Amino acid sequence: MSVLDVRDLRTHFFTRAGVVKAVDGVSFTLEKGEILGLVGESGSGKTVTGFSLLGLVDPPGRIVEGSIRLNGKELVGMSDRDLRKRRGREISMVFQDPIATLNPMLTIGQQMRMALEAHGRVGPRAAVTRSEELLAKVGIPSPRARLRSYPHEFSGGMRQRVAIAIALLHSPSVIVADEPTTALDVSIQAQILHTMRDLARETGTALIWISHDLAVVSSLATRLAVMYAGRVVEEGPTAAILRDPRHPYTAGLIASLPAMAEPGTALTQIPGTTPSLLSLPPGCPFAPRCTHATEACTSEPVLERHGTRGWACFHPVGGVPA
Amino acid sequence: MLGFVIQRFLQAVVVMAVMSVIVFCGVYAIGNPVDIVIPPDATQDIRAATIAKLGLDKPLWEQYFLFVGNLLQGDFGRSFVYNIPVLDLIGGRLPATLELVLTSVLTATVLGVSLGIYAGYRPDGWLAKTIMAVSVLGFSVPSFWVGLILILTFAVNLGWLPAGGRGATVTVLGVPWSFLTLDGLSHIVLPAINLALFKLAMMIRLARAGTREIMLTDTIKFARAAGISESVILRRHLLKLISIPIITVFGLELGSTLAFAVVTETIFSWPGVGKLIIDSIAVLDRPVMVAYLILVAFLFVTINFTVDLVFALIDPRVRAGARA
Ligand SMILES: Nc1ncnc2c1ncn2[C@@H]1O[C@H](COP(=O)(O)OP(=O)(O)OP(=O)(O)O)[C@@H](O)[C@H]1O
Ligand SMILES: [Mg+2]
Repeated sequence: MSVLDVRDLRTHFFTRAGVVKAVDGVSFTLEKGEILGLVGESGSGKTVTGFSLLGLVDPPGRIVEGSIRLNGKELVGMSDRDLRKRRGREISMVFQDPIATLNPMLTIGQQMRMALEAHGRVGPRAAVTRSEELLAKVGIPSPRARLRSYPHEFSGGMRQRVAIAIALLHSPSVIVADEPTTALDVSIQAQILHTMRDLARETGTALIWISHDLAVVSSLATRLAVMYAGRVVEEGPTAAILRDPRHPYTAGLIASLPAMAEPGTALTQIPGTTPSLLSLPPGCPFAPRCTHATEACTSEPVLERHGTRGWACFHPVGGVPA
Repeated sequence: MLGFVIQRFLQAVVVMAVMSVIVFCGVYAIGNPVDIVIPPDATQDIRAATIAKLGLDKPLWEQYFLFVGNLLQGDFGRSFVYNIPVLDLIGGRLPATLELVLTSVLTATVLGVSLGIYAGYRPDGWLAKTIMAVSVLGFSVPSFWVGLILILTFAVNLGWLPAGGRGATVTVLGVPWSFLTLDGLSHIVLPAINLALFKLAMMIRLARAGTREIMLTDTIKFARAAGISESVILRRHLLKLISIPIITVFGLELGSTLAFAVVTETIFSWPGVGKLIIDSIAVLDRPVMVAYLILVAFLFVTINFTVDLVFALIDPRVRAGARA
């Protein structure tokens, strides 16, 4: 059984300007200990997908449709109380900006203890032991002493490690990592990437690694889900997708990777711009930018499964398999 | 930390010194007090003697140093009008103002912050909207008018509460206090409400804006993602994060209300310093005015100093800045 099974998730924001369909048809599955890369350009709905999984979509947004099964339990429609009990213990999240996530006025130790006590009483000793253990795991030197430090006494990379430690406190089955390295130096990015991969492997925690950078994600994730305009347009094992992308958007993304370009030539770019989610025409949202588009693309393709892979396109690259 | 305290203390001393010069010169420039002190039919000799006795014949700078020297010894001079030491005069009035102002500012803060946090936490509920409507009222209705309406309603028509004065007092630490007796308390209610209304409105708005902003931050989102309950988030995260602007405004309000509670004190015949200073200005009682202004400056400096210290105590970033 998958730890997480997301089916046709739709999260809309009911704003004054109209309904923003930030997530509008997201499906994927996540196996135990697996790392799934969720890629897509800015505004494609990756963060909103992440928040939806934790039941943390702020008004005026809400999940309007779909199913999220976490360890076999349906989260959509679950009471706030029950959702809260699952957050932190079964699923947790690490955010993009480590400067903003920790409370500047509380020590690391206090914040870790709060997270521990969110799910039952923990004595002060046990809290220190567990916090120290996790800080050591994420690679913070002299963890016991650091429990008494405040966030501003850490570098950005170290703060992100603390946030990861907090997310790991209850050994959840799934951690959503929302671009946790984007705000950091390149050298530190790689370290954090490796730390998280090793920890996920060691604890059996599955990771959803959100990123707009296909190059970063593909070095880490065993599977990929590619998002466009609120939809997952292609899903499958990383190696297969990189070698043989089926959705024209995925193909475009891969072609625009610097590593794919012939030295000395300009990078390929997908023509056109991301559509506004407020005024999306009916049919395939990528059609206006797509060289394969035909009459058929005025109706919307659904994600169809083909073995371990899936894509939502009437005219996949390389033709429709028999 | 000690360095920080010393540095802030020196700053306070400089501010006080500058203030004393400004106040002294400012007050010296207005009017000639001699005409008030001396009867118009006094002889030239008496006139000269009085001027000499008051030190008004000396050059300005000498008068200033005399004045500062006396201040430092706790001698603020004698009132021209009442002919008693100014310090006794103001000291006799200060407790009344102090208890009125503290009551109203504290009530306004506790109540305003609670209501404001609620209104910011559930901004779309009908209760939040009611709270905000009341706060708009508190802002837009003039204070003297509210005072009169309060007296009309609760003192004249309903007869529940007295309309003015301090009522019975008990003496603690050599100072008479109203709020320690039931009768005194009933006297303090109306003026305190009058004085608190505007501050209540302001605290509500401040706390609401802060709450709305803080609740949308990643800090709160991250806490929620860790499964921390809403009540813990409100108590441990929100209250801490919101305390900085609240304490700042609390300090400012406390200072300005202590200094300028005049309108309310006048309406409710509250025998505080506000009334005293208005009377003193009317008759150009210079020592009282000077001493009062110095006292107000001292109050502000002390409050600011305390606020800075409190910041350093509760905010580790300020503490770090203080160490650096
Ligand atoms: N509170 C909100 N109200 C209205 N629209 C929102 C809200 N939050 C997000 N959206 C919209 O949802 C869409 C998806 O946003 P999201 O943050 O998920 O994108 P993303 O893929 O994470 O992008 P990025 O790479 O920039 O982080 C955006 O178009 C955004 O405008
Ligand atoms: Mg995002």
